[in-house]
Amino acid sequence: MTAAREDIPIAADEDVVRVRQIVRSFAQRAKLSLVDQTKLVTATSELARNTLTYGGGGAAVVELLGEGRRQGVRASFQDSGPGIPDTALALTDGWTSGRGMGLGLSGARRLVDEFDLDTEVGRGTTVTVVKWSR
Amino acid sequence: MSAVERIPILKIGDVLLASIQVDLQDRDVLALQEDLAEKITATGAHGVVLDISAVDIVDSFIGRMFATIAATSRLFDAHTVVVGMRPAVAITLVELGLTLGEVRTALDLEKGLAILAELGERAPR
Repeated sequence: MTAAREDIPIAADEDVVRVRQIVRSFAQRAKLSLVDQTKLVTATSELARNTLTYGGGGAAVVELLGEGRRQGVRASFQDSGPGIPDTALALTDGWTSGRGMGLGLSGARRLVDEFDLDTEVGRGTTVTVVKWSR
Repeated sequence: MSAVERIPILKIGDVLLASIQVDLQDRDVLALQEDLAEKITATGAHGVVLDISAVDIVDSFIGRMFATIAATSRLFDAHTVVVGMRPAVAITLVELGLTLGEVRTALDLEKGLAILAELGERAPR
């Protein structure tokens, strides 16, 4: 029996790789297609790096979801960083507050089925994404 | 902290070949960028081939590094071709909204080398 949930601290570069590997194995267990696996892993790679770069580190929670006949994977990224003052702007293609091309959040959103951004200035940011099997 | 993974760079004629076989950490990609710049200046190579046939995801950071490697190579009169991109990776990159700048792409190593040879002929040295 493999766990249906995994908590991953994000404190260094190699944790981003670890997130990718764990999300990949969950996506395979949820029987996502290869393209959907790749989209989800890419999205979570962006989000894990955001947590590290902008949030100053944090944690990821990856869960296997079952709803009727379909299965899915939920990944949540939480940090206690500065938060995002203007979420509409942060979700715009090409907008970046730091290094990168500003595709992290907006790009990640396009790659998943459900996307939730919860942020408060001075408190931190939590981004949750879900990808379902078809 | 784990050590930086050094990606081997092979020289074939005046082309440098880097075949990425590991799950890349950001600092591995940065190291590759530096190693390639040094190797181009040391060898006078006119082409760089990045083989990503074993790479199962390219996110915006890794993609941007490919573009940076290509731009840096141009300063040393070398062209860069990325070869072997997996279909799932290509589909994801398009949806992510990433363009690879001046990076040329080819289906496989053979076609990549052909592109470099052609680029070399067009600008005789």
